[in-house]
Amino acid sequence: MPAGSTYTPIATTTVTAQTSYTFSSISSSYTDLVLVVTAKNSNAGSGANNWRIQFNGDTGSNYSDTFLTGDGSTASSSRDSNQAEIYWGAANQASNSPSVSIAHIMNYANTTTNKTIITRGNSAEAFTCASIGLWRSTAAINSIKIYAGGTTTLTGTLTLYGIASA
Amino acid sequence: MPNTFELIASSTVGSGGAANIDFTSIPSTYTDLQLFLSLRVNTTSLGDQTLISFNGSTASFSARLLIGNGSAASSTTIARYTMPNGNTDVTASTFSSGSIYIPNYAGSANKSYSADGVQENNATGALAILTAGLWSNTAAINQITLTPNAGSYVQYSTAYLYGVKNT
Repeated sequence: MPAGSTYTPIATTTVTAQTSYTFSSISSSYTDLVLVVTAKNSNAGSGANNWRIQFNGDTGSNYSDTFLTGDGSTASSSRDSNQAEIYWGAANQASNSPSVSIAHIMNYANTTTNKTIITRGNSAEAFTCASIGLWRSTAAINSIKIYAGGTTTLTGTLTLYGIASA
Repeated sequence: MPNTFELIASSTVGSGGAANIDFTSIPSTYTDLQLFLSLRVNTTSLGDQTLISFNGSTASFSARLLIGNGSAASSTTIARYTMPNGNTDVTASTFSSGSIYIPNYAGSANKSYSADGVQENNATGALAILTAGLWSNTAAINQITLTPNAGSYVQYSTAYLYGVKNT
């Protein structure tokens, strides 16, 4: 969204073959967050892989997600409940062709409501998807961990933007 | 506070229509690009769509689409696809809406893009389409051309190109 100076990069990093990356000490001074991940995992090219996300270091079964996915021949929908992470985005892509995943994290700093994210994932050689994720916590989000799961690594660029409503 | 979301260029189609919308001489000073589009074409054919090309090339593109038409979901592949076009079969004066996000457009990797497009019609014929696209080329993108697969863009179609900086 064209928000001028209210669309502010909070942090950006480029990682190579890391199992995870965590944005920590996130300021509560924005209204919403946008996470852009242009990366691939170490399972490049093998089926539909998603990224994982956790907030504030919470590893409890407090997350859920619902997906709408198209792989170029079939459209499908799936969901996960009471799990330790939100699945989101598209992680796999052939070498030198990173996938594009974008997550919008709304009203992340409030301490009254559970936190939801809406995401898009794009891997032109595997699938495209849209999803919603829920973290059943009213805590303000101050850290975001992104990872590929297990020993799978991620390589690419991760950027977190803050959007201020005023 | 840095201004990290800047308008690079815009295009509004005039009364004579336009065969395409072309952004040239795109600077490499941003991290990502984002396009916001409002488009309608002068045809009646089914499957009207806007196709993208980079740097004048239409080769080495691939894309996977997820489609909802109000009654069913499906998926297919159409190279260079970005969004459906409002056409003369849909409600008058109704334009399709779309956005295209192109990360790391000036980098040395192949170029991926994410596209969302919708066409509402107050009847059947409406579409919502999500697209994962790829240009298997490592060149920096300095030109983006949007072209309808049939007909031409009508007056008041608009395209806005923004640059996003991550620092």
